[in-house]
Amino acid sequence: MTPLAISTGTLVSALGGGRAATLAALQAQRTGLAPVRFENLPLPTWTGEVEGVDAVALPASLAEFNCRNNRLAWMGLQHDGFIDAVAVARARWGAARVGVFLGTSTSGLLHTEHAFRHRGPDGALPADYRYGPTQNTYSVAAFVARALGLAGPSWVVSTACSSSAKVFGNAARLIAAGLIDAAVVGGVDSLCLTTLYGFNSLELLSSDICRPWDETRNGLSIGEAAAFALVERESDAPQGWLLGVGESNDGYHMSTPHPEGAGAIAAMRGALAEAGLQPADIDYINLHGTATPSNDAAEDRAVASVFGNGTPASSTKGATGHTLGAAGGVEALIALLAIEHGLMPAGLNVQQRDPALHLNYLLANRAAPVRCVLSNSFGFGGSNASLVLGAPR
Amino acid sequence: MTTLTVWIDGVGLLGPNLASWASAREVMSGAQAHVGSPTVLPPPARLPPAERRRAGAAVKLALAIADEAVAQAQIDPATLATVFTSSSGEGQNCHALCETLATPNPVVSPTRFTNSVHNAAAGCWHIAVASRAPSTSLCAFDGSFGAGLIEAVTLVRLGGAPLLLVASDSPYPEPLHSTRPLPDHFGIALLLSPVATERSLAAMTVTLVGADRAVSTCDDASLDALRRAIPAACGLPLLAALARPRAPRCLVLDYLPTMRLQVDLA
Repeated sequence: MTPLAISTGTLVSALGGGRAATLAALQAQRTGLAPVRFENLPLPTWTGEVEGVDAVALPASLAEFNCRNNRLAWMGLQHDGFIDAVAVARARWGAARVGVFLGTSTSGLLHTEHAFRHRGPDGALPADYRYGPTQNTYSVAAFVARALGLAGPSWVVSTACSSSAKVFGNAARLIAAGLIDAAVVGGVDSLCLTTLYGFNSLELLSSDICRPWDETRNGLSIGEAAAFALVERESDAPQGWLLGVGESNDGYHMSTPHPEGAGAIAAMRGALAEAGLQPADIDYINLHGTATPSNDAAEDRAVASVFGNGTPASSTKGATGHTLGAAGGVEALIALLAIEHGLMPAGLNVQQRDPALHLNYLLANRAAPVRCVLSNSFGFGGSNASLVLGAPR
Repeated sequence: MTTLTVWIDGVGLLGPNLASWASAREVMSGAQAHVGSPTVLPPPARLPPAERRRAGAAVKLALAIADEAVAQAQIDPATLATVFTSSSGEGQNCHALCETLATPNPVVSPTRFTNSVHNAAAGCWHIAVASRAPSTSLCAFDGSFGAGLIEAVTLVRLGGAPLLLVASDSPYPEPLHSTRPLPDHFGIALLLSPVATERSLAAMTVTLVGADRAVSTCDDASLDALRRAIPAACGLPLLAALARPRAPRCLVLDYLPTMRLQVDLA
C-alpha cells in the first residue's frame, strides 16, 4: 500500500490522558491496573478504569449521546490538540472529505444495562432512555463525527478486540479509492457489566493483575480507553506512517484462538507484504498479549513462525488492561510513542517468565531506535488484524 | 479517483414473505404484489448440530442469505473475504444478558456472551466454511447497508478478488423493541466480483452523493414500507432494479444524514 500519513493522535486510558501522560507511565513501567472499583462489583478481578468518566459533562448540543462510552470518547478528544488538528484538516479537505471510522465492542451498552434495572411495571424502559445515540454500536462514530463537525463516510467496526486496528485499513482504502482525503480513526470501549461478567463466565478474567507471558498467567484484566488518530492523504509533519494492514480470520472457534495461530500468521504476513517489508525490518512487536493461557501460547508460536524468536516484543496490556475494541487504537498510539521516543516498553507484571514461550519478551524497558513496529490485535469470532507503523521520513 | 465498479454475481434475500431471492423474483420485479407475513428463518445447515442449536436469529438470517448468494455465484466460500453489516446484531442475546445483569447476583451464560459480539455471524460463517480470508463487521445505525456497500466495493476494487457482502437486521424483543422498532428479520447478501463473469447479473458503480439527492423508493408499497423500517432493506431498490431489466438504472440509496449513495447498474 501507499504509506498513509498519521498526522497526530491522542488517547486516554488507565495510564492517564494524552500522549505525555501515557509516555510517562510507560517510561516509569507503571501499571494503571487496580482491583476492581467499578460499580462495586463483587468480582475478583483487576481493571484499568479511567478516572473521572462519570464527571464528564458533554456539551448541550451533544447531550443526547450521553453514556459512559461517549463520555470516555469526549475525554479522549480533549488532549494533544487533537480537536484543533482535525479542524485544520476539515478546513483543508472539506467536512465531507473527512471520514470517521472507529472500533468498539460494547458501545454504550452500560446505559442499557442500567435502564434494565429501572423497568416500569409494564416492563418498559425508563422514558428518558434513548437507544440510537447510546447503545447502538454506531453511536460513538456518530458522536465523534458530530463533535468534530465531520460529514464524510463513517461507520463503526465491531469485530471484538481487533476492531480499532481494522479501522486503519478502512481509512487507507477509502483514501486510496479517492472517496475521502482524511479520516479520524481509533477506538473507544468502556467498562460495562456484560464484558466483566461475560469474560468471568468464560473463566478468562485473572483474579490477580494480568501477567502476559508469565508462567502462572490466568487471564486478562479488562481496561477502558479512547484512542484517536488523524490520517491524511498528505501531511506537513506526520508523527508516523501506516505502512501496512493485514487482516484474517481463524475460521476455527468463536472464543478460542487457533492453537498454531494460523490466522494470526496470515494477518502478520499480510501486514508485512502490504508494507513491502521483511520480518527483519521490524524493530519491535507490540503483542496482543492478553495473558490468557491460550492467547499467549498461540501468539508466541505464531510470531515465532513469522519472525523467529529474536525481535523484541511485549504486551502493554499489563499497563493498560485489555481495552477490547479500543486495544488496536491504543496500541497503535503506543507504537507511535515507541518510534518517537526510541522506547520499547516492557511487558509488566511478569514474576516468572513462562519457559514454554520463546519470544524475546521484554521484561524491562529498552532504549533503542525504533523505525518500524508491528502491532497485533486478535478478537472473538477469530478476527485478526496486524498493523505495521513506521517512523517519519 | 477510482471508479468503484463491481459485478453482482449472486444475490441472497430473506425477509417477510420473501423466502429467497430465487423465489421472490415475481414480487421483486413487480409482477406480484408483496404481502407481508413473518420472516421464516431456516436452520443453518452448514453448522454442526451443536452450533446449529445455539445459533440465534441473527446468525440464522446471515448464514441463509450468504449461502444463497454463494450458491448462485458458484464460488468456493473457503477463499472468500466477507463484509457483514448490521444495525443491531443479535438482539435476543443482548436482551437476555441485560435481563440477567439486572438481577442481584447475575450468572451470565458464557455461550450467550460469546455470541453477543457484533461479529458473531461473521465468525460462525468463517468457521462453517473454514475460511481464513479477511472479514469485517460494520454498523452505521440506519446507514448500515450503505456502510457495508462502500466497504465491500472498495475492497473488491482495490483487492481484485470477489467478496461476499451480508447486510442483515433482526429485531430486539421488548422492552428494547419499543425503543428500536424493527418489524422483522430482513437481510440482503451480494456476491461481488471485480470482473464480469458468466454469472454476472449486472455491473454496479457506486458513488458518494449529497443528502440533497432523493432516495429511490420501491414501487410496491409493502416493500417500500420494509425499506423505510429496516436498515438492511435500504438495498431493496437495488434488488428491484436487478429483477426488472427495464427499471431505472440509476438509483440513490440511503446512507447517512449527510450523504447518500448513487448506484448505477449496467
